[in-house]
Amino acid sequence: MEIKTYNPRDWRSHPPYSFKDYGSSVKRGPLKKLLPLKQTLSEITGPLFSDIKLAPGENDLTRSADSGKEAMGERIIVVGRVLDEDDRPVPNTLIEIWQANAAGRYHHPVDQHNAPLDPNFSGAGRCVTNERGEYRYLTIKPGAYPWLNHSNAWRPAHIHLSFFGPAFVTRLVTQFFFPGDPLIPLDPIFNSVPTKAGRQRLMASYAHDVTEPEFALGYRFDVVLRGRQATPFEGPQ
Amino acid sequence: MSKETPSQTVGPFYSIGMTRQPMNLMASASTQGERICIEGQVLDGDGVPIPDVMVEIWQANGYGRYNHPDDKQEKPLDKSFTGWGRSGTDAKCFYRFETIKPGPVPGNDGAVQAPHINVVIFARGMLVHAFTRIYFADEPANGDDAVLNSVKNKARRKTLLAQRGERDGKIVYRFDIRLQGGGETVFFDM
Repeated sequence: MEIKTYNPRDWRSHPPYSFKDYGSSVKRGPLKKLLPLKQTLSEITGPLFSDIKLAPGENDLTRSADSGKEAMGERIIVVGRVLDEDDRPVPNTLIEIWQANAAGRYHHPVDQHNAPLDPNFSGAGRCVTNERGEYRYLTIKPGAYPWLNHSNAWRPAHIHLSFFGPAFVTRLVTQFFFPGDPLIPLDPIFNSVPTKAGRQRLMASYAHDVTEPEFALGYRFDVVLRGRQATPFEGPQ
Repeated sequence: MSKETPSQTVGPFYSIGMTRQPMNLMASASTQGERICIEGQVLDGDGVPIPDVMVEIWQANGYGRYNHPDDKQEKPLDKSFTGWGRSGTDAKCFYRFETIKPGPVPGNDGAVQAPHINVVIFARGMLVHAFTRIYFADEPANGDDAVLNSVKNKARRKTLLAQRGERDGKIVYRFDIRLQGGGETVFFDM
């Protein structure tokens, strides 16, 4: 059997484990050098969720799944493509979404920010890319919220996204941000990405072609997962 | 060529998007293989168990086959087993999976790998996830495993071994993960 491995993790794109301006990172990442592992069948396979059946409405966070009532806030449409490093679409891949509500509060017992919860907004959704790697979901634009990292610390509005891709090594969890938000340059989590070009890849763009008249503004956020080496090598047996 | 999208932390509220439903019960009554529980804590650099951590695992079935089109071995697939699981933590900061012990899978250069489970760890405070592997301390095939043997320091190699125990007649493997400091688990760049 031949093995087609994936490109190595691009460490110039990713934050380091320990980034002192983000206090919680300091004790929560390896200090020793990572051990290089030559990919095997274990790394080039991974969960595909190919038989997953999403319930109607999982890609619409603007309505309560229970009551059907509308959440408060600015309705937005988020679209994008999931590609690999060679710009090939990643089709039929699961995306998990979570975020704060319009007031900047998460539907979570640990979130004690004194801002209103919205009974019609869970902040959770899922969608799957189509054959062209495209995804689309509806949500409410999240609010900024305070956190305790440093004095007067505020997270810029962001949405969390989780991706699997075709293999164990293509897993990615990220956050994206909205253009023009003055809190972005002050955010240590955003700033943990080592290059300006990398940070730019966490920015959604306003997409007037996605905006629907009398309904909602559109944003586009494309995602790039690890690509695959062109040449197979003789792996197992 | 495009560049990878940077990783960002899952933050403290990942359960909203990722662990609302239990996804750690991987084996059903009809799953083939030795039923095991794997559990442990993830510890920070001060040795303190982390509550807001999430562990995902990916493994072969009891025959040693992955449920994935790139696994072209002729071993059987097991319809009752996807090989993937995800766990947050309980009130005592334990993650836990109910699964089966995986069979051996091929390695590179014609070798066979000792049974193992592939692990990825996410947490508030982790800007990028960490990869490790769970091996079984009582497994005779460990001695010939290329990945285990690539860990030259024997004390560090032990950080990849889950210890077998028993509770209420069930087999329970304990696998703690130390993110840094004394006894830091071996993490891989893969």
